[in-house]
Amino acid sequence: MSTQVIPIEWYITLSALLFSVGVLGVLFRRNAIVILMSVELMLNAVNLLLAAFSTYHNDPKAQVFVFFIMAVAAAEVAVGLAILIMIYRNIRTTDVDFLNKLKW
Amino acid sequence: MIQYAWLIPLLPLIGFTIIGFGGKKLSKSLIGLLGSGSVLAAFVMSVLIFTNVHEGDKYIVKVFDWFSAGSLHLDFSFIIDPLTCLFLLIITGIGFLIHVYSTGYMHDDEGFHRFFAYLNLFIFFMLLLVMGSNYVLMFVGWEGVGLCSYLLIGFWFKNTAYNNAAKKAFIMNRIGDLGFLLGIILLFVTVDSLSFADGGVLDKVSAVGRSNHGTMELAALLLFIGACGKSAQIPLFTWLPDAMAGPTPVSALIHAATMVTAGIYMIARSQVVYTMAPMAMETVAIVGALTAIFAATIGLFQNDIKKVLAYSTVSQLGLMFLALGVGATTGAVFHVTTHAFFKALLFLGAGSVIHAMSGEQDIRRMGGLAKKIPITHATFLIGTLAISGIPVLSGFFSKDEILAHAYEHNPVYWIAGIIASVMTAFYMFRLYFLTFKGKFRGTHEQEHHLHESPKSMTIPLMVLAVLSVIGGFIGIPHLFAHDAHWLHHFLGFGDILTLSTDTEWALLVLTLFVVGVSIYAAYRAYVKEGRLPAEKEEQLNPVQRLIYNKYFVDEIYDTLIRKPLDWISEKFYQIVELQIIDGVVNGVGAGVKWVSSVGKYAQSGSVSFYVLAMVLGAIAIGLIKLW
Amino acid sequence: MQHLTLTHVLFLILSAVALLSGLMVVLNANPIRNVLLLIVCFFAIAGHYVLLNAQFLAAVHIIVYAGAIMVLFLFVVMLLNLNKETEPTRPAWEKIVAVIAGGIFCITLVGALRAADTMPMPDAKGMDVNIGLVNRLGATLFDEFLVPFELSSALFLAAMVGAVLLGKKSSK
Repeated sequence: MSTQVIPIEWYITLSALLFSVGVLGVLFRRNAIVILMSVELMLNAVNLLLAAFSTYHNDPKAQVFVFFIMAVAAAEVAVGLAILIMIYRNIRTTDVDFLNKLKW
Repeated sequence: MIQYAWLIPLLPLIGFTIIGFGGKKLSKSLIGLLGSGSVLAAFVMSVLIFTNVHEGDKYIVKVFDWFSAGSLHLDFSFIIDPLTCLFLLIITGIGFLIHVYSTGYMHDDEGFHRFFAYLNLFIFFMLLLVMGSNYVLMFVGWEGVGLCSYLLIGFWFKNTAYNNAAKKAFIMNRIGDLGFLLGIILLFVTVDSLSFADGGVLDKVSAVGRSNHGTMELAALLLFIGACGKSAQIPLFTWLPDAMAGPTPVSALIHAATMVTAGIYMIARSQVVYTMAPMAMETVAIVGALTAIFAATIGLFQNDIKKVLAYSTVSQLGLMFLALGVGATTGAVFHVTTHAFFKALLFLGAGSVIHAMSGEQDIRRMGGLAKKIPITHATFLIGTLAISGIPVLSGFFSKDEILAHAYEHNPVYWIAGIIASVMTAFYMFRLYFLTFKGKFRGTHEQEHHLHESPKSMTIPLMVLAVLSVIGGFIGIPHLFAHDAHWLHHFLGFGDILTLSTDTEWALLVLTLFVVGVSIYAAYRAYVKEGRLPAEKEEQLNPVQRLIYNKYFVDEIYDTLIRKPLDWISEKFYQIVELQIIDGVVNGVGAGVKWVSSVGKYAQSGSVSFYVLAMVLGAIAIGLIKLW
Repeated sequence: MQHLTLTHVLFLILSAVALLSGLMVVLNANPIRNVLLLIVCFFAIAGHYVLLNAQFLAAVHIIVYAGAIMVLFLFVVMLLNLNKETEPTRPAWEKIVAVIAGGIFCITLVGALRAADTMPMPDAKGMDVNIGLVNRLGATLFDEFLVPFELSSALFLAAMVGAVLLGKKSSK
């Protein structure tokens, strides 16, 4: 019997839904910034699930892991946006469909 | 002393190594000294061992454990018994004389060191052959002498025809070797041993041979096929006349005195197998008799001095196999010994003649050389007399023993032997008369250059001539002196003649009579009437032309064997190689190319497509997890 | 279905906000609105953290994500002067494919996660109420996660250097 009021399955479902919203965003949009934001959304879904498991299993290690995920996400956004600006300087648009030179 | 027997093959091997690897830097006289010296040392060792071996002895000198595989345990060891001793003396003794001869004959050749290296290697392998204490070691020597024969026949490798002759010799040998190998395997499968030591294959065969009659026959026949290849019997004899492309000392050593006698040795060593296989022995006798006559007829019409001697060798080998086939093993080995003496003598003499004639080998261009090259002439005459079977000389005793045993077995064989002997006497004396008697028929510069050979060449001739004269006395039949057949006692093969004394005398006299008639006929034809062999082939009548062209045996082999094989290999090349194998290999490459040409479109460059692909992949993994 | 308590209601409201704002981020065309909507989403998730007794995490979440990362996004959007008119859109069929793929992905993920076995939950006795507080987290961080902690500093250094280098205009 769980000690928490809300069953863990609800959190799992919520996290999965948020994650798939993020995946949808990556597939749906052409603007590189929105794609990056969708990736952040995915990361957050995972963070949520980790924190839920941490509470449900009474294990602080999962929350510490969430820290690290946040740290990596921050670094990744910084570098990703820098790259994006560089690309913008070259092709004057943030449309990812213009980045198609890496082909056969 | 006997335990040092391993020195005998080792010394020529060391000679080969030193001369082979350092030959370019050593002087010619040093090479000659080293090469001949190693064989001389081996000869001295052989003599020492010979004095310590008595009839019935059998020693095994082990050098090291060779290999074991399953139930087969082979040692690298040597057998020393009377048969081996005899062959050792022949090989090292005559080998030494030929080495000395070569220092003179090959003196101006640029491949001098190579020649001596190969000669020493050959002596090593031949010694391995006769000293090997099991069939496999014998086979190693067997193959080795085949290799050296190839190297030496094709010694002047810049000439394509000589190379072809060398290849022909090697390939025909190999065909025989297959038979030999199959025979060895069959023996091993039957009696589970290959060693000649006590309790080995020979003893086991005599124990179980009578019950495994069919196997023994087959094994004996297979071994005989090997002997046919090595000792040039029908149908594998055509390589020997072609092998005259090699230098004359090679012809003397390999194709007269030693390598071709390996077959005789092998059958003598395997005598036990043959006594269990009477049908095989009949086959051996028939093949030997046919070869003797066949080769002798060809020899009647040849005009190259070395080719005559080559066909003579094939014919004499036929006689030896006839002897083995009728059970006269001692007679066969006796004839091997005497034949080694006078055939080596004849070949070396021919070499001396060629040397004097500045390279001419056609006897139609020779004549009247008796006074110009006296020593060669005298020794050659002795050799001719010996091979014709003139009494007191060595050939007489050995040939007579063979003929007597042949008559005892079946008079038809005796008649075959007589025919061969008659023809032998005729063509040998034809050769002698045309070369040495009459008027000189060569060119002026040849006449100008005629000179006797140097001492390094004439001294071996003289030694061999002496041996040809006295060599027969090791086997005096009891017809002349009671119990004086030393060789028979020494070898201990137990083949005893049961003819009555009168029959023996009758045979003897008859033989001498027909041989004498034949010699007289040759004398009359070539000296009295001064006849010469035809200059052009068209002058011969059809039968003569058939024989002159060696019965077109080479051409028959060409059509029957080589052309179909060529056709098959061409078809294999066209179809199997080019279409199938290349097709598969190229097809794999083409397939990969096609796959990549289709698959490259997956790299479309579009980022969204890549992301979609990732998502689809994740879906696939999730589905796998669900199911 | 058990008794609906305040916790349940709060959970449902927060989930709805998070999902809706996330969906709007994806569907809305205006980039600035997208950024702001995502901030709303993050606030909702921070609320979830509070519900889960992970207070410190909630605070850090807001500071880092809403306060730093989203501000960075906003800077870039404004720097590039993006607005609704310059926003590129996909052709309709690509959108359909995207929705279908996303939908299948969603179903597969939910199904896979729901079908997985969960570890047995521990009893009430071993539960630590203060699990989300700073001192507990700090103790764990510096005890078992020391090396990753140190390495993350190297990570930040690399990110900083990388961002600066990449952002520099090439000197001509």
